[in-house]
Amino acid sequence: MLWEIDLHPRAGLPDLDADGVANDVIALRLAQKVRVASSRGYLVQGPDLSPERIERLARELFADTVAEDYQLGQVSDANLAAPPERISAGDRTQLVQVLLKPGVMDPVAQSAEAAVRDFGWEVDAVRTLRKYWIADASAEEVRAISTKLLANDAIEQVVVGPLPFDRLQSGSDYQFQLKTVAIRDLDAAGLARLSKEGQLYLQPAEMETIQRYFIELGREPTDIELETVAQTWSEHCSHKTLAGRIAYRDEHGERQFENMLKETIFAATQELRRRWGDDDWCVSVFKDNAGIVRFDDDFNVAFKVETHNHPSALEPYGGANTGIGGVIRDTIGTGLGAKPICNTDVFCFAPPDTPVEELPTGVLHPKLVMRGVVEGVRDYGNRMGIPTVNGAVYFDRRYLGNPLVYCGNVGLIPRDKSFKEPLPGDLIVAVGGRTGRDGIHGATFSSAELTHESESLSGGAVQIGNAIEEKKVLDVLLEARDRNLFTAMTDCGAGGFSSAVGEMGEKIGAEVHLDKAPVKYAGLSYTELWISESQERMVLSVPEAKWAELHQLCASEGVEATAIGRFEPTGRLVLKYNGNVVGDMPMSFLHDGRPPVVRQAAFTAKPNVPLSPLRGLPHQGEGAGGTLLTVTDSLLAVLGSLNVASKESIVRQYDHEVQGGSAIKPLVGIQCDGPGDAAVVRPVLSSRRGVVISCGMNPRYGDFDPYHMAASAIDEAVRNCVAVGADPARIAILDNFCWGDCERSETLGALVRAAIACHDLSLILETPFISGKDSLNNEFSYFDAAGQKQTIAIPSSLLISAMGQVADVAHCVTMDLKRAGNLLYLVGATKDELGGSHYALVNNLVGGAVPTVEGLRAKATFAAMHRAIREGLVAACHDLSEGGLAAAAAEMAFAGGFGVEVQLDAVPTDEGSLSTTARLFSESNTRFLCEVSSELAAVFERQFPGLPVAKIGVVTEAKQVKINSGSETLIDAGSEQLKEAWQRPLRY
Amino acid sequence: MTPRVLVLRAPGSNCDMETAYAFEQAGAAAERIHVNRWLEMPQLAGDFQILCLPGGFSYGDDLGAGRILGNQLRHHLSDALAAFRDQGKLILGICNGFQILVKSGLLDIDDDQGPAATLNWNKSGRFIDRWVTLRVASDRCVFLQGIEQLNLPIAHAEGQFLGRDEAALDRFEDAGQLTLRYAKADDDSRPYNPNGAARDVAGMCDRSGRVFGLMPHPERFIDRTQHPQWTRRPKFDEGDGLQLFRNAVQYFA
Repeated sequence: MLWEIDLHPRAGLPDLDADGVANDVIALRLAQKVRVASSRGYLVQGPDLSPERIERLARELFADTVAEDYQLGQVSDANLAAPPERISAGDRTQLVQVLLKPGVMDPVAQSAEAAVRDFGWEVDAVRTLRKYWIADASAEEVRAISTKLLANDAIEQVVVGPLPFDRLQSGSDYQFQLKTVAIRDLDAAGLARLSKEGQLYLQPAEMETIQRYFIELGREPTDIELETVAQTWSEHCSHKTLAGRIAYRDEHGERQFENMLKETIFAATQELRRRWGDDDWCVSVFKDNAGIVRFDDDFNVAFKVETHNHPSALEPYGGANTGIGGVIRDTIGTGLGAKPICNTDVFCFAPPDTPVEELPTGVLHPKLVMRGVVEGVRDYGNRMGIPTVNGAVYFDRRYLGNPLVYCGNVGLIPRDKSFKEPLPGDLIVAVGGRTGRDGIHGATFSSAELTHESESLSGGAVQIGNAIEEKKVLDVLLEARDRNLFTAMTDCGAGGFSSAVGEMGEKIGAEVHLDKAPVKYAGLSYTELWISESQERMVLSVPEAKWAELHQLCASEGVEATAIGRFEPTGRLVLKYNGNVVGDMPMSFLHDGRPPVVRQAAFTAKPNVPLSPLRGLPHQGEGAGGTLLTVTDSLLAVLGSLNVASKESIVRQYDHEVQGGSAIKPLVGIQCDGPGDAAVVRPVLSSRRGVVISCGMNPRYGDFDPYHMAASAIDEAVRNCVAVGADPARIAILDNFCWGDCERSETLGALVRAAIACHDLSLILETPFISGKDSLNNEFSYFDAAGQKQTIAIPSSLLISAMGQVADVAHCVTMDLKRAGNLLYLVGATKDELGGSHYALVNNLVGGAVPTVEGLRAKATFAAMHRAIREGLVAACHDLSEGGLAAAAAEMAFAGGFGVEVQLDAVPTDEGSLSTTARLFSESNTRFLCEVSSELAAVFERQFPGLPVAKIGVVTEAKQVKINSGSETLIDAGSEQLKEAWQRPLRY
Repeated sequence: MTPRVLVLRAPGSNCDMETAYAFEQAGAAAERIHVNRWLEMPQLAGDFQILCLPGGFSYGDDLGAGRILGNQLRHHLSDALAAFRDQGKLILGICNGFQILVKSGLLDIDDDQGPAATLNWNKSGRFIDRWVTLRVASDRCVFLQGIEQLNLPIAHAEGQFLGRDEAALDRFEDAGQLTLRYAKADDDSRPYNPNGAARDVAGMCDRSGRVFGLMPHPERFIDRTQHPQWTRRPKFDEGDGLQLFRNAVQYFA
C-alpha cells in the first residue's frame, strides 16, 4: 500500500511557499491573477505500515504539529487532492504535483527511510512530493507556471491532477552484455557523428587517433574504453586547449607556445620559487587538486576555485549545490586530506530585471537562476559547516543563457600530510555516497556549447548534492588521515571513477571490479558505473594492512567504504564486471596518447576612442538627446548599479561564522552592513594567525583589452587583501578563466593575452599563482523568431581569487569610518581611466582609457600600505574600485555612520590637469582611501616615500558626503540617502 | 573538580569543535563523541557532568530541524537522559542543539496534546546570519546566572519560537522558562527580533533550569576578534559567550 502524508501550514500561519510562487507568477507575468496554496508531502511504502503507524509517523516524524496540520491517506484518496480551505475553491482550481524524477538524489527521502526504520518498522521506499493548488489561472497559464516556476524538467516531473501510480518502483535488474563500438571503418563524417551523438565531444584528430589505435590493435573498442578515453581527453579533465600548442599573434608579433599555461602563469610561479630559494613558501602548485602554501609551523593552507557553469544554466539549484560540493571535495582530496575552513563564491548573471519577453526559448529567467544558484550554494555550504566568507556578483546581459558559478574553498592541512603517493598493490577504495545514474557525461558535456536543447539532451549531467553525506565522509577521512590509513586520495569529480582511478593509477596501473561498487539502485551498466558522477564519493589507495581498520572506522560513523580494485603494477587500466574483462588499455595511451591540439590565437588591439555617448542609446537623465547625469546623480546611480549595490540579501543567507574563526566579516561597520574588502578567518582557534580571502574581476575591462583586465583583476584581488591588513609578500592567487568558444582565434587570443598579463604581474608583484582552472565554450545558442541562429558569448571573465595571511588578526582594519575629525588620505595616483568604468556604464558612455597597472609602483604601494596598517596607523582603509573615489568615500561614510568632506584638488595625479569627473569616478588601480587620526598623520605620511599619497579630506560628524573642487561643491548628499541608493536594488 | 563535557556529534553536526574549545577555555574538559557510540553504550554518559548538543544540521535537518536526532534520543536514550538530568547534571543545546532538545522532550514543553512549542521557520523563510542583542528574562537558568545582557550571533533558518497557543506560552512564562529574549540595542535600527519569535524568545530552559537551549551561538563569541565591531570599539578582554560556559563549569565547583 502506498501512503501519502501531506503537511499544510496550521490555520493562521503563512503558506510561505505558496506566497512566494504567487509573487513570482506576477513578477514573471506567467498569469494576470493567481491564488496559490501549497503542501509538502511524503509517499511512504512498506510492509509494516498500518493506518495507526502511519498516523504515528505523521505526528512524531513528518509533521511539526505546533506549526503544521497533516492529512493522510492512500495516494489516490480524494481528500488529499481537495483544495485546502485557505484557498477558497473556485471551479478553476487545478492541482499540480511535483516529484523528483526517479534516480535523482533525494536526501530527504533517504533520511526519511532511515528514520522510519528507527521506529522499528520496515519500509520499501519514501519519495517526497510538493503540491500546489492554483486558482484563477487558465490551464495554459498553469502549464507555464508548472514548467517555468514549480519544477525543473532536468530533475523533476510535474503531474497535473492525480498521481498516475499506486506503487513506488525500484530499478530493474541489469543484464550484463558486453558492448563494442564499430569505429574502425568509419569515415570522417561517421567519426564526427559518433563523437556528437555518443556525447564524447572529441575533436576530429582525437577521434582519428582512437580509430588508428584500435585498427592497430585489430579490434573494436568496447563502449567503456571509448568513454574512458573521451573523459580523460575532455577539456574539463585535460585542459587541452590552454595546455596545448598555440600560435599567438598580437601587435608585438607572433609567439609559439608548446604549452601555453606552462609557459605563462606556471612559469612565473616557477621563477618566483627559484628567486626565493630557501624562503620559498609555496608547497605544491599546479599539481594536486588545490594549490598549497605554507601557513604556520604546523599547517599549510590549500586553495582551489572551480566553476560549475553549464549544470547551473540547466538547473541552477542543483548545479550550484554540486559546484560547491565538488570544490569542497577538491580540497578534502588535496594531499592526504585538508580540512575545509572557508568558502568563496562568485556569480555572474544577466540582470534580474530582464524583461520576460526578451528571453530566448530554453532560457530560465535570470531572477530564478540567481535565486537557485544562491540557494544551492547556501544549502550545501551551510550544511557542511564551512563559513562562506567572501564573494561577488556581477551582472551583464551576456550571461543570459550561460551564467557563471565560481565556487572556492580553502583547506587547512598539516604540513606532513601535504603530499600523496599511491603504492603498487594498494587497494582502490571507494568511500562515501553510492553510485547512481545521476551525472552521466558531465565531463564531456562541459565541452559542449549550451543550446536551447541542452536541457533535454544533458539532463543526466544535472544533479542534487547531499551535503550531510559529504560531511560524514569528511569527518571519517580526517580521522583516517591522522591514523595513516591510506597513501593517497582524490575526489570523484567530473568523470567519476574513470577520472579518479585513471589519475591515481597513471604511473602504476589499475584493475577495477565494477560489480563491487555499491549502487543506489539496480540496473546500472558497467559503463554507467564507471563514468557516473554521482556526488559525495572519494577514492582512496589503501595498503592491504590498513584496510580492516579503515573499514571499521568508516562503518562506525555510517560511511560506506568498499574495495573495488587494486593498483596493479601493470601500467594498464583493466576493467572487469563479474569476472568479464570489459576494458583493457595502457595508461600511457590514456594519458599521453592524445594528439596535440594546435590552435591559432590572435589579438587585434582596438583603436583608442575618447569617452563618448553610445550611439543609438539615449543618456539616462533628463533631456531629450541625453545629457549626462549630474555628478551627485551619477554617484547615486553607480552605488545603485547592480555590480556595486549591497549584496546583503545574499551574504546573510550564508553562515560566515561557523567554525568560530571569523575575524573580519563580509559586512562591517556600525550597522554591520558596509562592504568589507576582504574576509579574515582564524583557522586555528588557539592562534591569532589569519587567512585573508578576497577576489578581483572586471569583465567590462576585457572589452577594451584583456591584458589590462587581467592586470586590473590581480591588482584588485591583492589590494582587497592588503586593505584589511594582509602581508603582500604572502598572498597567493588563483586564476579562473571563463571564456567563449576558443575555436575562434580572436576569443583564444583574448585569453592568451590575459594569461600573459597574469605572468607579467605575478612576477612583478611577486605574487604566485598556485592553482587555476578554465571553463571554455561559455556560449548560448538559440533560434530567434525569424528562425536565425543567434549566439550569445559571455564577456571574457577572468576571476582572480587571492589568499593572504596576517600574523595577528587583531592588527586588521575595516573600511568603516571610526571617528569624526580624523583625516582622509588617498594613496595611489588617479589617472584619466574612465574606460569600462561604472561612471561610463550609468551614463551610457563608450570608449575612454581602460585602467592599467604600474607593476613596480603597485608592489611598493602594497608594501607601504601594509606597513602602515601593521604599525597601527590606519583607522579605516578601503580600496578604490567600481565608482572610484566618490563611491569609496560614500561607502566608508555610511558604513561608519559619519560624513566626509573631500577636496578633489588634493587628489594625487600623474598628469597635471585631470577632470573632476576622472578625479571622482576614474577606476585607476592601486589606490586606497585611508582614515588616519591627526596625531598619527605625520608618521603615516612617512610610510610612503616616493609614492603618491595626499591628505584629501576629513571625517565629519554630520552624515553628509561633501566633495569639493576648489571652492565649488560638486557633491553634497546625505550618507543615509547614498546608503539607501546602494541597498535598495538587491534588497530581499 | 573539572567537569567533563560530552559534546555529542551526529552526522551533520558542525559546531562541535569550537563548542568543545569554548568549554575548555572556561575550564572544563570536553570530549566530542559520536551519537553511534552513545547508542552502542548508553551508560557512557555516566562519566560526564555536562551534555552539550552543538550546532549544525543533524541528519541534514531533513525532516525538520533536529527531528531525526531528537527521535533517536527519545527512542533509544530516554532512560540515559532522564538519569542524567535527575542526577543534577547540566544539558545545553545550541542552535541545532536547541532544536533537538525541543524535539526530544527534554525542555518540559510536551503535555497530553503533544509538544506545546516549536522552532518554526524564520518569518522571512530564509537562513539568517547576523548578530543580536539578548537580555536575560528570568533567573531560573544555571547557564545565565549573573548575566543581564549579551551580544551573540545567530545563524539559522528554523529559529522562530512558536507556542501552540497563548496559554502554553503563559505557562512557560510563569515557570520562568522563557529565559533568554531578543532585545533592542541602542545603536541598531534593524528589527531586533530577527526571526519573528513569539515573545522575543531566543532561548528557554526546563523547569529545573539545568536544561537550556538557545538559538544564538555563545561559542562564536569567546575572543574579542569574533565581534563584528571589534575594530571600532575600545579594547575588551573576552567575548560575552564565555561566561555562559564558565557558569556551567562553576556549577560543579
